[in-house]
Amino acid sequence: MTDVLPIDGIDGDSVVVASIESKSPKRLSWDRFKRDRFAIAGLGVVAFFLIIAIFAPLITKILGISPNALDRNSLNDYGLPNGRFGGISGKHWLGVEPGTGRDILARLIYGARLSLFVGLVATLITTSVGMMLGLVAGYLRGRVDTFLSRLSDLVMTFPSLILTIALVRPGTQRLEAMGVPEGNPARLTYLMLVTLFFGWVGFFRIVRGQTLALREREFVEAARSSGAGPGHIIFRQIAPNLWGPIIALASMSLPGYVAYEAALSFLGVGIISPTASWGIMLQDSVHYYRADPTYFFIPGATLFVLVMAFYLLSEGLRDALDPKNDRQQVA
Amino acid sequence: MIAYLTRRILFAGVLLLAVSLFTFLIFTVLPTDPAALTCGKACTPDRIEANRTRLGYDQPVTTQYVRFLKGIVGGRTYGEGQGEFTCGAPSLGYSFSQKDCVTSLIARTLPVTASIAFGGFALWIIFGIGLGMVSALKRGRWPDRLISVVSVVGLSFPTFFLALLLLFIFVIWTQILPFPSYVSPTEDFFGWCQALILPWLTITIISAPYYIRLTRFGMLETMNEDYVRLGIAKGLKRWTVLRKYVLRSALIPIVTVAGLDFGVTLGGAVFTESVFSLPGMGRLSIKAVSDSDLPVLVGTTLVAGTFIVVFNLLTDIFYGFVDPRVRIHK
Repeated sequence: MTDVLPIDGIDGDSVVVASIESKSPKRLSWDRFKRDRFAIAGLGVVAFFLIIAIFAPLITKILGISPNALDRNSLNDYGLPNGRFGGISGKHWLGVEPGTGRDILARLIYGARLSLFVGLVATLITTSVGMMLGLVAGYLRGRVDTFLSRLSDLVMTFPSLILTIALVRPGTQRLEAMGVPEGNPARLTYLMLVTLFFGWVGFFRIVRGQTLALREREFVEAARSSGAGPGHIIFRQIAPNLWGPIIALASMSLPGYVAYEAALSFLGVGIISPTASWGIMLQDSVHYYRADPTYFFIPGATLFVLVMAFYLLSEGLRDALDPKNDRQQVA
Repeated sequence: MIAYLTRRILFAGVLLLAVSLFTFLIFTVLPTDPAALTCGKACTPDRIEANRTRLGYDQPVTTQYVRFLKGIVGGRTYGEGQGEFTCGAPSLGYSFSQKDCVTSLIARTLPVTASIAFGGFALWIIFGIGLGMVSALKRGRWPDRLISVVSVVGLSFPTFFLALLLLFIFVIWTQILPFPSYVSPTEDFFGWCQALILPWLTITIISAPYYIRLTRFGMLETMNEDYVRLGIAKGLKRWTVLRKYVLRSALIPIVTVAGLDFGVTLGGAVFTESVFSLPGMGRLSIKAVSDSDLPVLVGTTLVAGTFIVVFNLLTDIFYGFVDPRVRIHK
C-alpha cells in the first residue's frame, strides 16, 4: 500500500486513487510519439530499409540473387525482359534490368545501402559541424560570431545545386590528384564535402540563436559563478538543451539528402555505374519507358516510399520533442 | 528608412562582389588544369597551350580576376588575330565548346527558366497560401486532414521523379499533351502555356506543401493573439478580422521564404528543365558539365547567385516597409 492512497468515499467505501507518477521529459516525448500512428509507420518502414541495407550481402545471398550477375536467359532477342511486368518471376521477384538482365531486387537492396549511407553521413557531418560552430558563435559572440554569421550569409548566396553540378568534374579531379581513389570514392568524397559546405548553415543558424538565448539563463550563470570553464558551459550546460530542435531538424534533412543522391545520380553527376543507385536505375529506365514501364515504377516507388517514411517519422519526432505539444494532441 | 535602404543595398553589393570573387577563385583553383578541360579528350598539347594563352589561364589569378571584372563592365576580346572573338559588355566569358559568348548563351536560355519560375511561383503561392488558409480555418476537420495528407505526398516526391511521372502520364501514355517544346509567349501564348504546364505543375506540387504549412502555422499562431480577439469583440466582420488582423501578420514570414525560393528557382530549374528537355539555364549548366565548359559554369553560377542576392535584397526592402522594427534593429 505504498503507492495507493485509501480515501474515504462519500458512502464510506474507500476509493483507490493511484499516486501521480513522475515522468521524465524523454518519457513524455516517447508517450507523445507512440500516439502518432503515422510516425510509428514511418519508423517501421525506415527500420525495414535500414535492416535491408545493413544485411544486403546476406539477404541477396539467401535469395540467390546478385546485383551484378548478368542473366541473358531472362531476356528476349530484343534485350527486353521475358514475361510480363518487366520479367517478374520466382527467380527475379521484381524483374530484371532490360539490356543486361541484372536482378532489380538485388540492385534495389544495394541501392538502399548507398542511399542510406549517403543520407546518414551527410546528416551527421552537417549537423555536427553546424552545431559546433553555432554553439561557439552563440557563446563567444563578438568577432567570431560576426565572422561566422557573415560566412553563413555568403554560403546562402551560392546557388547550391548549380554549383554542386558545376564543380563535379574539377572537384573529383582535384580529389583524385590528392590521392582519393578514382571513381566512386572520389565522387562520394566530393559530394560529402559540397554537402558539408552548404549544409551546415541551417543548423548553425538555429543553434546560434538558441545559444544566444540560453547563455543568459540562470543555470548558465550558476555554472559560471561556481567556476565552470567555457568548455563545460557549452557542452554540459547549453548543448543538452538543444537536442530537441537538432533531432527535429536532422530528421527533416535526412530524406532530403537521400533524394539528393538519387537526383544527382539521375543527372549523371552523382554515383557512377555499375554501382547500384536508385537514381541511375531511374535514369536508365527512361530509355525503356514504353517497352518496360515496370522498370521505371519500381525504383521510383521505392525512393518515394522511403522519403515519405522519413518525413512522417520526422514530423512525429518534431511534434513529440516540442514540449508545447503536451497540452493537446492535434490529429 | 533611407539609412536602412542604403545599408541593405551596400551589403548586397559587397555580397555580390564576394560571390563573384569566390566563384571565380574556386573555378580557377580547383581544376588541376583548366586549359586541359577546354577541348576534352581530343586535346593535343599544342591546343591546350594555345587555349591557355587565349583564355588567359597562364596569367596570375589576380590578373585573371581583374580582367574578368573588366569584361563584365566593358566587354572583352578573347584571343588575337584570326581566332579573335569580342563579347560585348557585360561579358562573362567565352565558351569554346559552343563557340559563343557566355552572356548571349545565358540571355538565350534565361527566358525559358524565367517562364518556368514565374508560372510555377504564381501557382505554388496561390495553392500554398490558399490551401494553408483552408487548413487553418478548418483545423482538425476533414479538409485540414485531407490537405495535410496531400502535402506529405507532395513533399515526398523527388522533383525529377515527379517530373518523369507527369511526363509519362500526360505525354506518353495518355497523350493528352504534346511533348513540351518552348515557344515565346509573345508569339504563341497558348503554345507557351501548353509547353510549360507540366513544369509548373511539378514545381507547384513540390513547393506548395511548405507554404501550406507555413500559412497554417502562422495563421493558427496569430489567431490566438489578443488583438485578434479584440477585433472579434469589437464586432468586426469575420472576413475583415481575417484579412486585416490575421493574414497580414501571418503572411510576413512567408515573404522571406518566397523571396529566397524564387531567387533560387530563377537560377535554373535544373530537374524540370532536363526532364522536359526545355532549353533553360539549368540545362545549359548540365550540358556545360558534360562538355567541361568552365566559362559557362562560372557564368551560370554567377547569374544564379546574383538572382539570390537581388531577391534577398528585395525581401529586406519589403520588410523595412512593413515592419518598422527591422529598420531600427539591423
